[in-house]
Amino acid sequence: MTLQGVLDAIAAVCMVTGALLSLAAGVALLRFPDLLSRMHAAAKPQVLGLLLVLTGCAIRIATVVDVTTMVLIAFFQLATAPVAAHMVGRAAYRDGQTRTDLLITDELAPQMDRFSERPAERNGRASVDPPA
Amino acid sequence: MTVAAVAVAALLIAACAMALVRIIRGPTTLDRIVATDVLLAITATAIIAEAAFTRDPTALPVVVVVSLLGITGSVGVARFVTREKP
Amino acid sequence: MSPLTKRERIRSRITAVIGLVLVWNLLWGEFTWMNTISGAVIAVAILLVFPLPPVKFGGRLRPLHVIGFFARFFYDLVVASFQVAFLAFRPGEPKSAIVAVELRVKSDLNMTLVAEAVSLVPGSLIAEADQQTGTLYIHMLGVRDAEHLERLRAEVLHVEARLIRAIGSDEELRRVNAPREEPAT
Repeated sequence: MTLQGVLDAIAAVCMVTGALLSLAAGVALLRFPDLLSRMHAAAKPQVLGLLLVLTGCAIRIATVVDVTTMVLIAFFQLATAPVAAHMVGRAAYRDGQTRTDLLITDELAPQMDRFSERPAERNGRASVDPPA
Repeated sequence: MTVAAVAVAALLIAACAMALVRIIRGPTTLDRIVATDVLLAITATAIIAEAAFTRDPTALPVVVVVSLLGITGSVGVARFVTREKP
Repeated sequence: MSPLTKRERIRSRITAVIGLVLVWNLLWGEFTWMNTISGAVIAVAILLVFPLPPVKFGGRLRPLHVIGFFARFFYDLVVASFQVAFLAFRPGEPKSAIVAVELRVKSDLNMTLVAEAVSLVPGSLIAEADQQTGTLYIHMLGVRDAEHLERLRAEVLHVEARLIRAIGSDEELRRVNAPREEPAT
């Protein structure tokens, strides 16, 4: 087997594994019981899946110009995925979209009154609704 | 390599289909945002895979934009749906 | 938290410019003088129009520990991904838990970086963060029982310890290495 053949084989393995992880994200999206669990699927297997496909791609197209682009893609993915997950997760929890029967403990619930007033302030708007 | 390309395409299409089902079924806006986010990431993965199999990097800058903009959608919507009434 | 001195403010600006120039070069795909100069001009313009909040960085870099942190981070990322993928295919609904973890170093930078790292390691997601008390509320997926939960909680503190070892100041390092004590409230 030539070096090119070996590299192609490694790239193929990376990409198929990456695609499998993307599929796992899809399956988790369908099967997991509540929104916060589904967030895990969006934040994790899928990011590694993208990184693996990216690795495969970098092996196949090994020019400096394109590899730097891929480094940027990887960096943006790693930096933004947790932020998006946190924003949606926080909104979901505040909205009460969590299946409490699936939680072993919830150490946040007793603290929630400390957070309840803040979103309005952060949006820079005066609180219009009377506190529920 | 062709076998790998077909396998990757099949897996990604299946993943896309599942994300679409979640977008249709909901039940809440936030569920749909999460699913859309995953769909976007799978699209990005597909573009990268296409670039790898054809050894043609033309579409890679698109992925840079997609991976940067993906966050704005979910963050923007997540901020404003919190008080959604069922 | 003490206000920033002028020197710290300038240092934080310079770091931002260097970061932006690096991204600019990577976007063009090659490191040339032309890219660096044009990138620097654009970076300064961006920071003048959209000033970033200055970041207080009191520590120093320990290159060996930085490598260690990233190596462990990627190891955890891979393990986490396959664990969640495995959970997705296994029958039954996975149990989860929300735990409060109080960090020992309460700076914004430390909280942000720990939160980022924790979001990507096995089955954890930041549900809420409290800046005042330096507490992260973490939603954990696939928790089996109370004992497993405590192990996951300890793991978060280990992430913090590794991060502080990589970029923290000596004082922060002492706080992380000190034996755990109950906060007097």
